[in-house]
Amino acid sequence: MSLTPQLVLFEEDHKKLVAVSERLTHDANAKAVFLIDRNGQLVTEAGELKGIDTTSLSSLVAGNVAATTGLAKVIGEPDFPIHFHQGERDNVHITLVAQRIIMVVIFDDRSSLGLVRLRVKKAGQKLSQIFDEIFKRAESDDGADSPFAEISEDDIDNLFSD
Amino acid sequence: MAFINYSAREINCKLVYYGPGLCGKTTNLKYIYEKTAGEAKGKMISLATETERTLFFDFLPLSLGEIRGFKTRFHLYTVPGQVFYDASRKLILKGVDGVVFVADSQEERYEANIESLDNLRGNLREQGYHIDKIPWVLQYNKRDLPNSIPVEELREALNPTGKILDFEASAQTGTGVFETLKALAKLVLTELKRGNK
Repeated sequence: MSLTPQLVLFEEDHKKLVAVSERLTHDANAKAVFLIDRNGQLVTEAGELKGIDTTSLSSLVAGNVAATTGLAKVIGEPDFPIHFHQGERDNVHITLVAQRIIMVVIFDDRSSLGLVRLRVKKAGQKLSQIFDEIFKRAESDDGADSPFAEISEDDIDNLFSD
Repeated sequence: MAFINYSAREINCKLVYYGPGLCGKTTNLKYIYEKTAGEAKGKMISLATETERTLFFDFLPLSLGEIRGFKTRFHLYTVPGQVFYDASRKLILKGVDGVVFVADSQEERYEANIESLDNLRGNLREQGYHIDKIPWVLQYNKRDLPNSIPVEELREALNPTGKILDFEASAQTGTGVFETLKALAKLVLTELKRGNK
């Protein structure tokens, strides 16, 4: 149906991604780290901001990245791979990883932009490797082990029988 | 392109409401938001102009329930309908799993519907999708207005083969809103079942 394969995340992928995100949160002195796919779906979260509305955050970050990527193309750039929003208390650092994933780091004055940039670079390389494996697997996968392969029409109908 | 998360046991799908300016895309989402129980919905976000015209998108996350232990979550988006926001429409269509095309039944919007559907076709094609290959449904909105033209006329212009599921609606009063959404959600899940990527 689409040019890019479905993103399928297994337990072990999730663990690896959370481990890198938690390490980054610690090393960068950040409040939180989120990995979001470019379509606005939250992949993982780490840090102290777990109570916030991550669904809204993910959708808005993806919209923001989509709009700035569109803007980049208008002025002849392929992309703006790094975005930084400075607030009164909290700041947001956004980077693209493995083309399809957005890494969001939220930090305050316990950290600095320089430190975040440094740590993000290192974590980004590790995350790229993990996501490359996930995407490679998705491309070679024929969808046979999708949880939806075995569902019946009745299962779908039951969802709507209110 | 759905996101299947085994760790959270979730399936996430992206549905987009498309159609000409002022056809009622945002009104569809507002009605769904108002009538959905608190635990099944997230916050509705509207990125709109000062005059409440959609500038970038509206967003509403919905949970429909579980299938075989997997939570099904749908992210509903609208596009800005005004012709000059085409760049934004293209961005929002990325990664789409299904489309509701909302047509405005008023006589004076007949051409605008056809133009907008052509625009949808073109924008999907640019991203490598073919409209015949993705799940989509049609909604003939504003059926309650006195200047609405017969459904047959709209169908002839927008759904000439009759292969696309279509629904009469009035998003203001809610008629047909959930029928449209459920039909599309079902098509998207059936597509996932087929494993057609």
